[in-house]
Amino acid sequence: MQQNELIPHLFRTEYRKIVSVLSKSIGFDYLETIEDIVSDTFLIAAETWGQKGIPNNPAGWIQTVAKNKTIDYLRRKNLFDNKVAVDITNENPQFTETDFDLSEKNILDSQLQMMFTICHPTISAESQIGLALNILCGFGAEEIADAFLTNKDTIYKRLTRAKEKLKSEKIKIEFPSKTEIAKRLENVLTTLYLLFSEGYYSTTQNSTLRKDFCLEAMRLNLMLVNYEKTNLPATNALLSLMCFHASRFDARMTSEGEIILMEDQDKTLWNRELISKGEYYLNQSSTGTKISKYHLEAGIAYWHTTSIDDKVKWENILQLYNKLLQIEYSPIAALNRTYALAKANNLLEAIKEAEKLQLNDFHLYHCLLGNFYRTINKKKAIDHYNKAFTISKSLAEKNLIRDEIKKLEF
Amino acid sequence: MKEFLLIFRMDAKNQGQPMSPEQLQAMMKPWQDWMGGIAAQNKLANPGNRLESEGRVVKPDNVVTNGPFVEIKEAVGGYIIVRAESIDEAAEISKGCPILHANGSVEVRELILMN
Repeated sequence: MQQNELIPHLFRTEYRKIVSVLSKSIGFDYLETIEDIVSDTFLIAAETWGQKGIPNNPAGWIQTVAKNKTIDYLRRKNLFDNKVAVDITNENPQFTETDFDLSEKNILDSQLQMMFTICHPTISAESQIGLALNILCGFGAEEIADAFLTNKDTIYKRLTRAKEKLKSEKIKIEFPSKTEIAKRLENVLTTLYLLFSEGYYSTTQNSTLRKDFCLEAMRLNLMLVNYEKTNLPATNALLSLMCFHASRFDARMTSEGEIILMEDQDKTLWNRELISKGEYYLNQSSTGTKISKYHLEAGIAYWHTTSIDDKVKWENILQLYNKLLQIEYSPIAALNRTYALAKANNLLEAIKEAEKLQLNDFHLYHCLLGNFYRTINKKKAIDHYNKAFTISKSLAEKNLIRDEIKKLEF
Repeated sequence: MKEFLLIFRMDAKNQGQPMSPEQLQAMMKPWQDWMGGIAAQNKLANPGNRLESEGRVVKPDNVVTNGPFVEIKEAVGGYIIVRAESIDEAAEISKGCPILHANGSVEVRELILMN
């Protein structure tokens, strides 16, 4: 790997390790300092490696430099606290020669514990994703803002508030107790699910960034699968779901960022390796008695990758959506379920069901009805597509809808 | 939105007969499609349960008898809870219930929500 690729790559993989280990050793009160130290370390790496060449063990180099810088910082701080600010009441613990445990085990544990900490119930869901992107994946406020289609200041404030909360609530970086781990894991999985979705469905034009979000969510999920206590059926189901979705990454958009519908995708672009990984984790997830929404969604994604007889496939997809909606309602699942109903049962039944949904402000609702009416009432179909066009805010989607209208008017 | 209990009744003779997996699947499909349709409208408050046909009736003075359905033609076979604006809407939803194809009936009752 060349230096210009190596450093960004290391940043993704090493940032969270170092921040997690250091924060765990000296506490969240020093979080900003630690983040500065790690960023600084990468700057030094870029400079030094440019002049002297890349060291044999770049990740180890980064870890050692960050560790030493932290020890230096703490020495200076101790000196200041003891000699200079001795009269100021100091509630912080006194640091003696601290060494940091950079063993593989501690690095892994610290990252997992950091995941649970960030997904603490006192932190709002929105902030959890922000923190996960920031602390666990090393994304800056600007990149996060880009993905959320908002400005940098908003994200910066959100992150700062969330970090203050971590401090004020004195949340420790540790594993939840055995009885609590399953419940807390739900929160962690939700955050990873949202992190992945943010990457997969985000309307930002920055496709590299989007893919990075998805890959990071998968990496974190894989860590949970590889750790005995969190290797539960739902964890595997979620990873399976991510693998199936990610397998279509290169097929779902044109190079100009236009959406390609699944039935129009070039299936040779689907990543077979990820599909078989998805199947593997889906099998791993089928123990126990509880079916999570991830199981159902992974099942749906699985059927979409098969080219088995259409009726069988759509009947399975329909039943999975029927179950999914009974666990958790969402407008998008309601629409997808109705589409599957048309394929598995028949179009007229599906239209009747679709019109009961009354999701009139949702552009995809009109896209669905537009699609249903295509063959039986062109005027109605065009009306619905026009409504969808007006409501949609995404340029890529508007283009797609316009194409459908053109086809009908032809 | 109010909540309504839908109680499914049918002839006890038709209940609890052993079924092959294929038969079970064929029987479940209309139910799953119907409930999925209610859930898709975000009107399924509770997917409820099916009930075993065997039962006990407990009466005063420690009198316990086997299931009530020997006497009653319409035994309770299951229930769900839906959300609706009115009892009429809940009744409208019930018209799609597969039990009606098996000569059964749906009883619709509004829940008095305790708070």
